[in-house]
This record gives sequence, structure tokens and C-alpha cells, in this order.
Amino acid sequence: MLNRKDTLKKVLSYVRPYTVSLILALFLALVSVISALGIPVLVGQAIDGIVAAGQVDFAIVSRSILWLLIFLATGAVSQWVMQVVYNHVTYSVVRRMRDDAFHKLHRLPLRFLDAHPAGEIVSRIITDAERLADGLLMGFSQLFTGVMTILGTIILMVYLNPIITLVVVLVTPLSLFVSKYIAVKTYHLFGRQAEVRGEATALIDEHIGNLKLMQAMGQEQRSQAQFEKINEELKGTSLKAIFFSSLTNPSTRFVNTLIYAAVGLIGAFTVIGGGLTVGGFAVLLSYANQYAKPFNEVSGVITELQNALACANRVFTLLEQEEQTPDGTALLPSSVKGAVSIENVSFSYHPDRPLIENFSLSVSPGQKIAIVGLTGCGKTTLINLLMRFYDVNSGCIRVDGADIRDIPRHQFRQQFGMVLQDTWLKTGTVRENIALGKPDATDEEIVDAAKRAFADGFIRQLPDGYDTVLYSNNEVLSQGQKQLLSIARILLREPSILILDEATSSIDTRTEIKVQQAFDRLMEGKTSFVVAHRLSTIREADVILVMKDGNIVESGSHTELLNKNGFYAELYHSQFAGTAL
Amino acid sequence: MKKLFPFFKGYRTESFLAPFFKLLEAIFELLVPLVVAAIIDVGLPSGDRGFVIRRVLLLAALGIIGFVSAVTAQYFSAKAATGFSAAVRKSVFSHTEALSFSSIDRLGIPTIINRMTADVEQLQTGVNLFLRLFMRSPFIVFGAMIMAFTLDAKAALIFLLVIVLLFIVVFAVMLISIPLYQKVQGRLDALLQRTRENLTGARVLRAFCKEADETAAFKTENQALTRMQTFVGRISALMNPLTLILVNLAVVLLIHTGAIKVDAGLMTQGTVVALYNYMAQILVELIKLANLIITLTRAVASARRVSQLLEIPSRITDGDDAATEKTEGDVITFANVSFTYDRAGEPTLSDISFSVKPGETIGVIGGTGSGKSTLMSLLARFYAVTSGEIRLNGVEITRYAEKELRRRIGFVLQKSVLFRGTLRENMQWEKADATDEEILEALSVAQGTDILNAKPEGLDMPVEEGGRNFSGGQRQRLSIARTLVKKPDILILDDSSSALDYVTEANLRRSLKNMSYRPTLFIVSQRASAVMHADRILLLEDGRLTAIGTHQELLQNSAAYREIYASQCREEAVADA
Repeated sequence: MLNRKDTLKKVLSYVRPYTVSLILALFLALVSVISALGIPVLVGQAIDGIVAAGQVDFAIVSRSILWLLIFLATGAVSQWVMQVVYNHVTYSVVRRMRDDAFHKLHRLPLRFLDAHPAGEIVSRIITDAERLADGLLMGFSQLFTGVMTILGTIILMVYLNPIITLVVVLVTPLSLFVSKYIAVKTYHLFGRQAEVRGEATALIDEHIGNLKLMQAMGQEQRSQAQFEKINEELKGTSLKAIFFSSLTNPSTRFVNTLIYAAVGLIGAFTVIGGGLTVGGFAVLLSYANQYAKPFNEVSGVITELQNALACANRVFTLLEQEEQTPDGTALLPSSVKGAVSIENVSFSYHPDRPLIENFSLSVSPGQKIAIVGLTGCGKTTLINLLMRFYDVNSGCIRVDGADIRDIPRHQFRQQFGMVLQDTWLKTGTVRENIALGKPDATDEEIVDAAKRAFADGFIRQLPDGYDTVLYSNNEVLSQGQKQLLSIARILLREPSILILDEATSSIDTRTEIKVQQAFDRLMEGKTSFVVAHRLSTIREADVILVMKDGNIVESGSHTELLNKNGFYAELYHSQFAGTAL
Repeated sequence: MKKLFPFFKGYRTESFLAPFFKLLEAIFELLVPLVVAAIIDVGLPSGDRGFVIRRVLLLAALGIIGFVSAVTAQYFSAKAATGFSAAVRKSVFSHTEALSFSSIDRLGIPTIINRMTADVEQLQTGVNLFLRLFMRSPFIVFGAMIMAFTLDAKAALIFLLVIVLLFIVVFAVMLISIPLYQKVQGRLDALLQRTRENLTGARVLRAFCKEADETAAFKTENQALTRMQTFVGRISALMNPLTLILVNLAVVLLIHTGAIKVDAGLMTQGTVVALYNYMAQILVELIKLANLIITLTRAVASARRVSQLLEIPSRITDGDDAATEKTEGDVITFANVSFTYDRAGEPTLSDISFSVKPGETIGVIGGTGSGKSTLMSLLARFYAVTSGEIRLNGVEITRYAEKELRRRIGFVLQKSVLFRGTLRENMQWEKADATDEEILEALSVAQGTDILNAKPEGLDMPVEEGGRNFSGGQRQRLSIARTLVKKPDILILDDSSSALDYVTEANLRRSLKNMSYRPTLFIVSQRASAVMHADRILLLEDGRLTAIGTHQELLQNSAAYREIYASQCREEAVADA
């Protein structure tokens, strides 16, 4: 986390390129404030010219009106231009910040992304940046204007009548104090409301989100009772929060009425005493009415700016994160053979919980390596290391003799084809999704890949066939169909090394066998790593790594491992030895 | 919309009093310029200090009464709004719980949740603002105009003109900018979607080296968003200068007319000041009114969505009676059952007939989309059959009271979810008074004892939302235990052990078999190993029941079953058969 000063500095560094625009905008703000304040004075002058029947000085009235029109035109135009400039600056600043944040996203190590919920990072890049924009815009357009309006009003009032000015300046803080007091009092009420609302939403998410389960259990009434309890609580806290916060307006209005009355009293006496004109009196009354407004605005802006700064802080904290290590410069030969050697590798996610220790394995080009073990034993860790999503803590992994940390990531990953259990589709058409790894693929190639992945059939049944738009949180396709699409992607790409992490887990077994044949054809002579829990699919592997609790406990071919009669043999028999029941 | 009015019941007085007091406040506020005019016209020329003091005290008194009225109004309005929305929320919740599975499928759960939270919140804000401002703002705007008429009819025409023009400007700016702001929001959502996608797909994108492409695409979208924002900003920035110009032009006209009239002795100086003051009040309230109308439009849209939800008929929960149950013979009979989902063209299940004896274990197997889960859902009456009938103990299931049906049938769904609370509370979901002993027994059958023993808190161990502090396999075992606590006559495991490894799954099957009570058990699975020990196996293919029998019988008679089995198990096993 950055401190407030550093955050402010960073925000300013983004604003700096727009210094000239901002100076122009400030000047325009000054002009618009002067004209806004001048108009009531001119109205006052005009009113002074309209005394009574037969005593109207039309020359004064016309002159005031003429000036009023000039002030009005200048004021209105500068107000608009000022706002346009502020818009431009704010949105440009936030756009750059967002671009930078997104760019950063792909340079962050997966260690960081895995440790932070996607929603949190998304909200930094999108929501926080947007709030910063709101805050900046409001700050730009109201802070300076507000302060200048206050100063200008005081000067003009002093000019008209110092005593009344003193009264206004002394009493006005009362109105601020009242609104501040209410804000402080209601702050915790709003906090409480947000808390209870959060609980209610969580309960709704949980119970309505699992509506079918609730009905299957026949427990709707119980769920309803739980909800009603929290709903009643929400009603109570909302009432308090809404009521107390809604007191702000009447209260400040009330204080302002009192000030207005005071100005009325003193002003009238001064007029009677001959120290003020009637026009001046009218102007003072209208100032007394408006004087408190910029104060409320300014205090609102300050809260908003603090908020914005807090949001900026979250964006910058993301921007300041340490990036993944820079790419190396070693080059892989144009045709990779696929020899992979893992040399004395140690790795763990947490320093105090060792996982893989001093592991070595040499894979000749074209070999098939299978990784098996119970759920949650860390099979995926090995893939994280092979794809260089995570770097090893010690030891090294070599592909065709080159340490993978020395090879630029893109060049390195280009050699791999990976299908994960948790399939991921991007928003876009089926065609785009299949061509993800080969954007220049022809339609024939795409359809051919889909056919080989046994996906062509269901794709053609989709409303728009290959042009059907899919969304990443898509519910149209079943998990199995998504896996088939992911497989088609890889078949199109023809990588040198293949990594399959439970790639067919959701596909029914008959289709799986056919897909497996497609893989086999693709992998002929190529190195592959396969994670599977269906042991039948990996018996032909050259080496089977058996993992338990994050460690590799056994390795060898299927027959070797069975003969060993160890953990693998136990796993294998349990899968098929239902006959023992 | 009409559906929502009854929820004001109980808050009628408040709903009436809130605007009433708001109206009082407005009236008192409108009197202020008149008092000031009197000071200028009577007090100042005569120099009567006593008169001035009395008028000023009147101003203060108006302020106090106005304040009290306003506070009273705010209270009644807040009370009516929160009471109304709580009643709506409660009713939407209970209505939702009573929806049929078909309705849930059609609406989608996220939509329902959104209506219950965001829409109801919007409604609350709308009602609150409506009660508070809808009387006040128009009253001040038109009140100021009427007051102007009482002061001077010709000057008041200026008011009429400026109010009309202000209305046009304010609404034109809003009408143009609001749809544009919605577009901005749409682009922002798209940007958000892309960012989320890039995070969830980080591994795949990196594996495919798509980082640069995605960043470039983001930049393009971001730039389009910024352009849009700047454009809308320009339009809505017109609002202030334009209204400023209109109001001040009206002031100029007022002064001009005033000067001529005062000179002719038709008007006083105080009246000119009062008219000027009314003009200032109009502008502030008009902008408030415009904002209010926008909020209300949104609230009305929300109200429509909530009403729509409430208008969906709830499912029929109770049949007539089930007193004529037979205690002997088949516990379950499916007779020529077919089923088609709402809006689906093809039937999901066609002409299914079979019957089950009490205590039998039935395996249900078939590929993805073959209709296994649907079959079980029909048995639990989650959906009504399209044709044919299902009988439980000889009585058609539609005739059972829902409560009765749920008591007899324990259904463990594919997606296993736990609820926030303790483990014990979770285990008591289906049987509120379950003792620790009963829970431990169920956990032991469901292979959950080691989960319990892993933490020192035992049954008091905390469960987070959805059970996310447990792994998928743990959640499945705990879900099975939760249903077992109830000891249902019929237990359905709908692919609910898919996340378990083979060892644990085999142990689960064994302990289910050795339980002290013997439910009729359905095991739905894609794995042959999960169903091969069942008393009988149903094989479903594309919604048809193509084979039924023991494992050995199916191996002999069904090519499809042989194929499934062979794809999962060693060839030797097939050869043995």
C-alpha cells in the first residue's frame, strides 16, 4: 500500500501532461465565478434604479441590464468550455491509467493472480478507476469554483456592508457544523446498513442461488424464516440510516433560514439608518441564501476526493506489483525435438510448506509421461512448472538442453499445447475460440480440427453454427462440450509438446476413446504430459509419475509399478476391483 | 405494477402524511419572499423598526415550522419506504422459493437474485423520493408561479414562459444524455467483462501467447469508451450554462417590466424583489424535479420486473391425499413416462417404464445428456411428467403433499453446496432435531469422518458461504451425509460422488450397503464402476431406456453397456464376463 502523499504524487504525474489545459480551465473557472457573483450585484443596481412611481432611473436600469447580459454570456460560455476541458483531462487520465493497469495484468506472475480473486483485480482496473474519474471530475469542477465563490462572496459582501458580512461569516459555520454532525452520526448507521444488507445479500445468494437444492431438501420454510429475520433487521437499520441522513437538508435549510432572518433584520435596520440601499439589501439577502451552498459543496468534494484517492491507491498498488522476471534471450532451434529434463527441482507455494523436493526426471523426445494420484495431490503443480506459470525455487527444467528460464516466454510456450480441466472460452464466436492459437487458420482447417475433436456435430447444432457467439460464463455448452472445443484448439495448433490436465474428464467415455485416438495421432513422435484420474487412459505411458501429498512417490512404467505393489497398485486395483464387494 | 400496491398496506397513514407535511414545508417556504417584500415596501420607507422586527420573527417562525414539518415528512417517508421494500422483499423471497423448477430454469437464478436485491433497493429509493419530493418540487415550481400571478399577472407570464423553456432544456439534455450514459455503462461493462475474462483465462492466454493481442483489444475498447464519455460529458455540461442563461434572461425581462410598471406606479419595489426571489427558487427545484423523474423512471422499471416475477404462478405443492398407499409390492413404478423440457423441441425422456422393489439398489448409467438426472428429477417431482405416470407406493406422486414427498425422498444433487454456519447446522438442514450421534453416524457412512477429525472444532467447525472452505470431494461427501441424516425411504445420489477418487467412492458404496436401515437407493453415474454392483442397472441412451438388468446381464445383452464398461475398465474384465 502506498501512503496518501505518494498516491497523490502518482495521480499528479498522470495529470501533468495536461497542465496547459488545466491552467486554461482554472482561468475559465475564475471568469465564470466572477460573472456568477457579478450578476446579483447588477440586479441590485437595477433594483436601486427602480425606487417608486415616477422615480425610476431608466439609464441605470438599462446600463445594469446591458452589463448583466455581457456577464451572462461570458459566464455561460466559460462555464461550458471549462467543463469540456475537465472532461477531456479526466477521461484521458483515467484511460491511460486503465491501459497501464491492463498491460500490467499480463506481466504479473501467476503467483499473484492465483492469490487474488479475479473480482478484486477487476474492480481495481474498472470500478476503482471509474470512481477516481468521478472524484477527479467533481474535484476539478467544484473545488476551485467553490473556494473562489466563497472568497468572492465575502469580498462583495464586505464591500456592501461589513457588519452583515461578519454576521454571515460567523454564523454560517453553524450550518456546516450541523451537516457535518449529521454526516458523522449517520456514517456508522450507513456502515451498519451496508453490513446488514451484505448479510442479506449473502443469504439470498446462498439460498436462492441454490434454490433447487433448497426445494430438494424441502426446507423452503426454514430458509424463509432465516431470511425474514435478516429482512426485518435490514428494515430497521435502513429506516434509521435513511431517516437520519435525510435530516441534513432540512437542518441546513433551517440554519440558513435563521441566517436569512438575521441578515434581514440587520440589513433592514441599516437601510433605515441610511447605510445601505434597497438594492444592496436584496443582494445581501440573496448572498446569504447562496453563501452556505459552496461550503456544503466543498466539504462534499473533499469527501469525494478522499474516496477517489483511496481508489487511486488501489489502482497504483496493482501497478506497483512486482512483475514476472524478464524474458531471457536464448533461442530454441526452429524445430524443437521435445527433450525435457527436470534437474533437482524443488518447489513450493509457501516457503514453510515444502512440496516438490529435489525431483529429477529425464524425458526423451516422443515419450508419454503420465501423472496420477488422488484428488488434490498436486498434479497441477507440475504443469505450472512445465509451462513456466511458476518458476522453480531451485534446480532447473530444460527443453532441448536450454534452461527454460533463459528462453523468452512466448517462444517457449509456442512449443506447448495445453488443455486444462477447467476449460476456458473467451467471448467470441466458436470459430474464434478454436482459432485462438492460430488466428490465420482457414475455415477448412478450423472445421477439420473440430471434426477431429468430435466437436463438429454439436457446433453445427448451435443456433449460428461456427459463428455462434460464446461467453466466458457461458451456460449454453456443457462442460464436456467445452472440453471438446479446447481440444479442437490444440489439434489445430499442432504443438511440439502436449500437456493434458484431465482434459477429457467431463466427456463421456465413449467419446473420450475417440478423442484419445485423435490425440494419439497428433502426438505421434511428440513428447506429452498427461494428468488423468481414469487410469485406463494412461497405461501405455512410457513413465508414470505417482504423486501423493505433493510429492512424487513412485515412478516407472505401468507393469513396473504394478509389480512394485505400492501406492499405484493400490490405486489401480481400487478402480477396477469393485468385484471385491 | 398493480401487484405491488398491496405492499403499502400498513403504511397508508405514513404514505399520506409524508407528502402532506412536505407540502406544508413548501407552503411555508413560499411565504418567505412575501414577508421580505413587506419589509421592503412597508418597513423600510416608514422606518418602522417594530414592524421589521415582527416580520423578521415571522421569518424565523416560518423556518421553525418548516423544519418540523420537513423532519416529520422525512420520518414518515423513510418508514413507508423501508416498510414497503421489506414487505416486497419478503414476498419475493417466499414466492421464489415456491417457483417450479421449470420457472427457475426459464428465469435463471442470477435474474431472480438481481430482482430481489438491486430492483427492490431501487424501488425503496424511488418510493422514498416520491413521497418526499414529488409533492414538494412541483408545488414550489408552480406555487412560485401562482404567487407571481398574485403579485402581478403580466410579470407572471414571464414565469410561465421561463418554466416551459427550462422544462424543455432540462428534459432535452437529460433525454439525450441518459441513453448515451447507458451506452457508456454498456461499454464499461464490456471492458469489465474482458478484464475478468483475461484473469480467469490467464493460463490459457499465456499458453497461447495472446497477451499482446488482448492488451491491444483492451486499448481499443478503452479508447472508444473514453470517446463516448467525453462526448456525453459535453452534452450534459450544457445543462448549467443553458439554465443559467434562461433564468437570467427572465430576470432581465422582469427588471425591464418592473421598471416600467414601478415608474407608472403599477408595482412596488418590494414586489420586484419578491419576483426575483421566486425566480431563483424555481431553478433549484426544477433541476431536483428532473432528477426525481429520472429516478422514478428507473424505479418504475424495477417495479415492473419485480411484478413480473410475482406474477409467475407458484408450483402446486400439495396433491389431494395419499391415504390409499399400498404397503406391499413395488415402491416405485414408472409407467410410459415421457418428458419434454419447456421450450425444448425434442423430448428428453421417451416412454420410460420400470418398477423398483423396496430396498433395491438401482444404478442409472448413460452418456452426457442421456436424461439420467431428468429421470431422477421426475421421480422427486421437480418437474411434472409430460405423459405417463409415476407411482410411489402405488399412489401417483402428484397426489402426495410436497412435504410428505420430501420426507420420503432424499435427493443428493450433482452440484454439492453447503451453507454458511457450522458443520452441525449444515448436517441439521434436513432434520432440524438431529442429534450429534445421528450426524456422526451419517458422516461415517458418507466417508466424512476424516473431514470431521481433521479439525479440532469437530461439528462446530465453521462452514463458509457455499462451503468454499471445503474441496469438491469433501463437499460431496458432506452433502451425502446431510441427506443421510434424514434417513429417507428413497435415497437418490445424482452423480454426487464424481469428485471422489475411486478408493473413497468404493468405500462409500460399501458403507451404504452395510447401513443399518435399508433405503431404496438410486446411484446415477457415468462410471461403470459406480453402478456395476447395483441390484439392477438402467441404461439410458438419448432419453430412452435401452437396457435394464444386472451388470452381468447387461454385459451379455447390451453392446452399448459393454462399450462403456470396456472404455473404463480393463479388457480382461470384459473377457472374464
